[in-house]
Amino acid sequence: MANRPSVDLAAIRGRHPHHFGASGRERRLTLALGAGGLLLLLIGMGVFGFFGSTFWLGLGKLGEVVGLMIPPNPGSWNRAGLFAMSLVETIAISFLGTLGAAILAVPLGLLAANNVTTAKVLHFFARRSLDTIRSVDILIWALIWVNVVGLGPFAGVLAIMTSDMGNFGKLFSEAIEAADRRPVEGIVSTGGGRILGIRFGILPEVFPVLASQVLYFFESNTRSATIIGIVGAGGIGLHLAEAIRTLELQQASFLILMILVAVAAIDIVSNQLRFALIGRRSVVV
Amino acid sequence: MASPIVQLPEVQLRPLLVSYDAAIRARRLQSLLVLACIVAAVMLSSISAEVSLPKLFGNIGNFTSYIGRLFHLDSGGLVFTDPVEWYWGIARWLRLLGETLLMAYVGTALGTIGAFFLCFLGAANVAPRPWARLVARRFCELCRTVPELVFALMFVIAFGLGPLPGVLAMAIHTVGALGKLFAEVVENIDMKPVEGVSATGASWQAAMRFGALPQTLSNFVSYALLRFEINVRSATVLGFVGAGGIGMDLIEAIRKFYYSDVSAIIVLIIITVSVIDTATSYVRHRLIGGEERH
Repeated sequence: MANRPSVDLAAIRGRHPHHFGASGRERRLTLALGAGGLLLLLIGMGVFGFFGSTFWLGLGKLGEVVGLMIPPNPGSWNRAGLFAMSLVETIAISFLGTLGAAILAVPLGLLAANNVTTAKVLHFFARRSLDTIRSVDILIWALIWVNVVGLGPFAGVLAIMTSDMGNFGKLFSEAIEAADRRPVEGIVSTGGGRILGIRFGILPEVFPVLASQVLYFFESNTRSATIIGIVGAGGIGLHLAEAIRTLELQQASFLILMILVAVAAIDIVSNQLRFALIGRRSVVV
Repeated sequence: MASPIVQLPEVQLRPLLVSYDAAIRARRLQSLLVLACIVAAVMLSSISAEVSLPKLFGNIGNFTSYIGRLFHLDSGGLVFTDPVEWYWGIARWLRLLGETLLMAYVGTALGTIGAFFLCFLGAANVAPRPWARLVARRFCELCRTVPELVFALMFVIAFGLGPLPGVLAMAIHTVGALGKLFAEVVENIDMKPVEGVSATGASWQAAMRFGALPQTLSNFVSYALLRFEINVRSATVLGFVGAGGIGMDLIEAIRKFYYSDVSAIIVLIIITVSVIDTATSYVRHRLIGGEERH
């Protein structure tokens, strides 16, 4: 260390002014953006009462609540059975919703893909309506469907189906747009029509990608399905919301644990299936 | 008639056709088996989820009439004919919408800060200690898997009604979701700059700051923006459990059948989400595009 050759910083600076000086404007802009963001964050935190006594009192109370959650305990075997049944119902809701959405989204995705739907107007409207469906949260859909088919898991299935139709439609159309044009041209050149071109030229290529996206969403939908019960659309969420609201916190933590295990299990299964379909590539979502 | 396509003689053609048929039959059988499994799963799930298509078709008229009612005022006219009447509560709704956006912003920002500090601990290639990596990973998983609304329900008990529990719930969920994505970004970096910085005798923190961070920053910002977009959407429903934002008014309007209010609020939400969507995707494309140009 001691006999390290001394570095003539000034000379290096002189030789490479480009690396040391420059980009002042960009740097100032970044700094200004960062400072503005931080200011907005602090103002927001102030508005929401992060710096008041409510926050600290609440933290203390939260500690109490978490303390009351341990150990997780369903209360009785009867209730444990009930919870298990509703967990099965949750998974069923998620499965049916995802599958239904996937089936309905294939034609929508084709409509919204600009290499299949050449009519600009049609393409535009398909895109916009998918975006509109997507911007309404699943819980709002659940509430609307509860008004239509009544309380119960069926409303949950329809809610997941509606909200995922938007997601899948967008993802599918992107996958279809990224597909290679040449197989379709080949089929058209042998005298196949547009429909045959889509069936044998595009579908075989995009199917594994679509299937992997569907599997990916199955897991995240199971998570959504656990909460739609809060608005009465079936599944484990009803029990969970009830347990938390009536301060049966040990039951609540038991339910949360059940959800964690179920989601982890589905994650593992769907990952295995995905690897079988497309190898260890990550899914573009 | 002479065909321009050369035909193989029958003797050579037959075994090829036979093996082709066998291969196709095997694939068909496999597809049929998968289909049968799916159908069985659908049947079982339908029983559990009380799906009844007759009910759906019997009530599908309700859906259209419900949507129709959403777009009619109490006086019976279409909402578009009298926008002033339709948006009678615009001042209050805009304030609540502003609150929703601010909630999403603060939740995303706090979550991003948390995820930022966790991701270097959780990435396999740069984690300082194996146990730190394990703890960071499990913590992110827990934060991610428990739905936001469940956190919100618990926080409402502790902090009382209002936006504070909503923001906290969103922040915790964001830590989980972004922590995982950020860690994956860090795992994909080029390790040579990190090694170079470490070779000069720099501490772990310095190696992360000057070796790893410059490679990851644009991806971090891009993911955070994506999360902001998602959080805006979910902030609109946090009010359903009393955790602030426009959801409080929306659920009240839905439950009390104030039809035109429901459509007014939903249209506001759709417009806001679309604007945020467009803006963030513009910024994200510029960020990632800028990176590719280097």
